[in-house]
Amino acid sequence: MINLPLFVIIPFGVAFFIPMVSRKIKWVPDVLGNLTTFILLLLSLMTLNQEHVYHIGGWKPPFGIVLVLDGLSCLLLIIINLISFMATLFSIEYIEKRFTSKLRYYSLFLLMVGGMNGTVLSGDLFNLFVFMEIASIASYALVGFGCEASELEASFKYLVMGNVASLFVLYGVALLYGKTGSLNIADVARILKEIPSDNLVNFAFVLLIGGFMVKSALVPFHAWLPDAHPSAPAPISAMLSGVVIKALGVYVICRLIFNLFGFNHLISQTLIYLGVISMIVGVCLALLQSDLKRLLAYHSISQIGYVFVGIGIGTPLGILGGLFHLFNHSLFKSLLFLDSGSIEYQTGTRDLNKMGLLYKKMPITSFSTLFASLSISGIPPFNGFWSKLIIILAAIKSGKSIIALWAVIGSILTLSSFTKVLRYSIYGKGEKWEKEKWEKLKEVPDTMVVPLIILSLLCLFTGLLIIGGTEGIFASTIDVLEGSVLKYINKVLGS
Amino acid sequence: MNNEEKGMSLIVKTVTRWLKGFIFLFGAYIVVFGHLSPGGGFPGGVVFAATFILITLAFGREYALKKIGKILASELDSLGALLFLIIATLGIYFTGIFFSNFIEKFHPTGNFKLFSSGTIPLCNISIGIKVGASLFMIFIILSIVRVVFEDGKGKLITTEKKREK
Repeated sequence: MINLPLFVIIPFGVAFFIPMVSRKIKWVPDVLGNLTTFILLLLSLMTLNQEHVYHIGGWKPPFGIVLVLDGLSCLLLIIINLISFMATLFSIEYIEKRFTSKLRYYSLFLLMVGGMNGTVLSGDLFNLFVFMEIASIASYALVGFGCEASELEASFKYLVMGNVASLFVLYGVALLYGKTGSLNIADVARILKEIPSDNLVNFAFVLLIGGFMVKSALVPFHAWLPDAHPSAPAPISAMLSGVVIKALGVYVICRLIFNLFGFNHLISQTLIYLGVISMIVGVCLALLQSDLKRLLAYHSISQIGYVFVGIGIGTPLGILGGLFHLFNHSLFKSLLFLDSGSIEYQTGTRDLNKMGLLYKKMPITSFSTLFASLSISGIPPFNGFWSKLIIILAAIKSGKSIIALWAVIGSILTLSSFTKVLRYSIYGKGEKWEKEKWEKLKEVPDTMVVPLIILSLLCLFTGLLIIGGTEGIFASTIDVLEGSVLKYINKVLGS
Repeated sequence: MNNEEKGMSLIVKTVTRWLKGFIFLFGAYIVVFGHLSPGGGFPGGVVFAATFILITLAFGREYALKKIGKILASELDSLGALLFLIIATLGIYFTGIFFSNFIEKFHPTGNFKLFSSGTIPLCNISIGIKVGASLFMIFIILSIVRVVFEDGKGKLITTEKKREK
């Protein structure tokens, strides 16, 4: 049985160890950072199909703090640690050339990873808030890491929005604590089942869900994302878009709705409508962009809409679609951001109009961009196709054909947007394309190419994970969300 | 004092010179007795930081940074966090449970003594180091930052220059 606190101990320990040793020795941050994320990836793969409740300090719940590992946490752990390993591998050369302080970069990066690991493992509302704050504060600093005026502005905007969200969450947690006298999620759920529902609990629910929706950047709450994601260094954009909005947003919303407050028709409708609005608004705004990373950031909003539609439908098939799309999105969106990073690394620009004919000079980057674009637009046999197909099928099966139609429209608009990206940057020429600059271009260094290849192959083959449908590899994850509040209570409190 | 011009008046400097040791001692008291009386690692760390902030205010930034450098403060900051983590992880080594209190909690002359609560005072000390160093760093960084204005001719000037004009 794996020791669950290791997911928090290792990244935090290394994050504080790096600044102490690496002022003298230059290679330490790279080696330690990559080694840590690699070990975390192996550990997270070992949690597959395991269930465990860890009592910290030996104190039994509801008095002590618990870490809970179940199917949903396991899925998120694998996503977090896989993408963070890819991002650190990519960072070795990327940060060397474009930024200065590697020790601060890796230190903050590992704090962010540790915070997210803690968030998805925590079985305690206040600990969840604290880990969320650790991850968020590290990501505020990382967004402004370049210290240019625009980056600092984006970072400040993200900080203000993120802190308002955190205050909402803290207030919600405080109200729940006042009402139930407990912070353990399972214990709170048990007490809420016994007492009659009143407006205070509903208000706390709205505060919590509102706060976490800001973190997951659904459309009415999305204002920080299109600034923050383009300004960050490319590996951080990949982390933010691929992991942070899911671990701090979607995961916690799923956990709270399905395992604490209980799922009902009204919540289902809210999630579906917000999801559809995000899906369409995000992609429509993306169509207008000519900044590559900003375009990708708007697509993140749109794709998170798909995830919420899938989860909001609430049937096992819908949940499968939502979670599978969450997994796939983390792969192809981080791949796209890493691609944009390697294009920026060589050409020095993010403006699509200034790029052109990259397929001749940067073949691997071009191929991986093509793969990820096909994947995000939902072209078979890439993974994005399968998850979108399942979401659409689930919508039709539960009698929501209009939602299915909107999902198809969103997918077509995504395809057209990525056709524009490929046309301007890779296979065609932008309006301000300069031949002299283009002739000097070459492929990015090897350590940056490796993550691109791995993620492209994953995009191509993870469609296979869907074999078996709701009984397949995602069965234990769906079981967590499908299994109602009572099952979670029994598992954690062990009655 | 060599740097008579920097910092505040002679009275403030003299009082600070007398008081700084006592304030530091009070911080240490709050940290070490945190498990028995109101206080603990965080409040004690804040008092530690307050000592250095008082020195910074009275004698100027350069004098305070000579006492405790930026790199030293940053390393103390990491050290505090690492110590806390090591104490928590030693629990796994001794009892198999993360964060378990592995030191003997019994004291021959009764409870509520300094050494009657196992690892808690050690945790408090490491938190005190961490919080003191962090708050001092935050104050120093805030004191380095300058607000910059444009003087109308395309040049950037700081607040002090603007006030002189």
